[in-house]
Amino acid sequence: MKEQDLQKQTASNPVEMERTRNRKVYVPRVDIYETKESIVLLADMPGVDEGSVDIVLEKNVLAINGTVEPVSFPGHNLVYAEYDTGDYQRAFTLPEEIDQNRIEATVKNGVLRVVLQKAEKSKARKIAIKAA
Amino acid sequence: MPEVQRLQREMNRLFSGVSQPFSQDFPAINVWSGESEIVVSAELPGADPDGMEISVVGESLTLSGVRNPEALKEGENYHRQERSSGRFSRTLQLPFRVDAANVAARFEKGILHITLPRAEADKPRKISIKAE
Repeated sequence: MKEQDLQKQTASNPVEMERTRNRKVYVPRVDIYETKESIVLLADMPGVDEGSVDIVLEKNVLAINGTVEPVSFPGHNLVYAEYDTGDYQRAFTLPEEIDQNRIEATVKNGVLRVVLQKAEKSKARKIAIKAA
Repeated sequence: MPEVQRLQREMNRLFSGVSQPFSQDFPAINVWSGESEIVVSAELPGADPDGMEISVVGESLTLSGVRNPEALKEGENYHRQERSSGRFSRTLQLPFRVDAANVAARFEKGILHITLPRAEADKPRKISIKAE
C-alpha cells in the first residue's frame, strides 16, 4: 500500500442520490471477509456512532451512509489541518446467497461492522452420488 | 454555504500554506489552538484505546498504538482488504512547553482528542506599564 493511501479518500462519484447537505463525502475504507456462516463487512468511519449511520437495503444493494458533524472547540482556532471532516457513503451489491432479513450492524471505535448471514438454502450441501 | 463560496474557501486553504492537507503520515492530525492550551486530534478508527500511548517530553508529543487486523479462523478469507493495520507512531513538535501532568486525552468514535495545557513557567507574562 502506498503511503498516500493511508489517508481517507474523497468520493469521486458519490452514491447515486441527490445530496441536501453541503458537506464533503468520503469513501470509507472497507474490509470484507467470508466465514462459513456469513460475510462480514468492516468500514472505517471515524466520527460515526450507531445513531449517525444509516444502512439501507434496496433490492440487493446495501447502501451505507454515515453523517459526521464537524467538531469545534469553543475558543479555539484550527491552526493546522491534515484531515477534513465529512460524511461517508458507499454501496455494495450483495450476492444472492445473503439472507436479507438477518443483517446485523454495530459500530465500535469508529468502525462499522455489518454481518450478513448466508441464507440456509445457499449453504454448501453434500450431494450424494447414487450408484448407477 | 453556496458551492462557489466553499470552492473559494478550499482554494484559499490550499494556497495559504497555513495548512498542508493530505499528510503522508499516519494518523493525520488536526491542531486547535486556544488561549492557554492546544488540542490535537487524530482519526484512528479501529484503534484500541487501551493500547494507545501518549507521551509528552518538553515540547514534543508522541502518540503511538496499534490497529489489529481481524483474526480470521481457518477457512475464512478476505474478499477485499483496504483498511490498513499495524503499529503506528507519530511525534509532533509543539509550539510551547506542556504541563505534562495535566494532559487529557479522550478517544471517542474512533477520534482521539488530546488537550495539552501550556506549562505555567512557559506562559507569556504581561508587563504592566506604569504611568509616570
